[in-house]
Amino acid sequence: MRVLYFAWLRQKIGTGEETVSPPAGVRTVGQLAAWLAEQGPGYAEAFADPALIRAAVNQTHADPDAAVAPGDEVAFFPPVTGG
Amino acid sequence: MRVRVQREDFDPGAEIAALTDGRTDIGAVVSFTGLVRARNEAAGVAAMTLEHYPGMTERELERIVAQAEDRWPLQGVRVIHRYGTLYPGDRIVLVVTASAHRAAAFEAADFLMDYLKTRAPFWKLEDREDGQTWVAARDSDDTAAERWRNTPPESA
Repeated sequence: MRVLYFAWLRQKIGTGEETVSPPAGVRTVGQLAAWLAEQGPGYAEAFADPALIRAAVNQTHADPDAAVAPGDEVAFFPPVTGG
Repeated sequence: MRVRVQREDFDPGAEIAALTDGRTDIGAVVSFTGLVRARNEAAGVAAMTLEHYPGMTERELERIVAQAEDRWPLQGVRVIHRYGTLYPGDRIVLVVTASAHRAAAFEAADFLMDYLKTRAPFWKLEDREDGQTWVAARDSDDTAAERWRNTPPESA
């Protein structure tokens, strides 16, 4: 599973992109975020407040209960500030 | 191409001309140009770096444009959004809408900007006199986008 991070999440985690293999029990965006939060201090800090984080699965906005599967591209980022 | 994500500057006049030249069915063209402000939340801004999500950004902009075309009778649309490092006074974003009548062109441009602010994956990092700051999303932008959800397309 390819995971991307943007803006301050990328800065806290220290990378913009990585390949991860979460355990089989991780089936949703929210579960993936909770599992990632356990992968190190930077991750814990980045995922500390789920209310501040948005996600996309395969480049489409996704809610915390959206499904994730091996082979998906999942991105985590703060609320967008374009325009 | 009606949607572009680029580092380079753009020329609003040239984009409008490209959309309207040789057409006699367009009665209204509305354009919005967003610029980098030298002050934000009372702090001086020396520069701003726009990060985006290559791939998703283009898809999301296309999706937003398709929604506008579903709601209003548009004869042309252009959305250009820059990324990279920009300075006060620089152009960031351009939205151009063309229609037979002005109401559709104005409303569609307003809708596109509201959705761009809340859906398009861009993030702004400001170099300010008080340090580097990620610009926080505004609740008022969510409220602005929300009003379209509660407005049936036919009101256009």
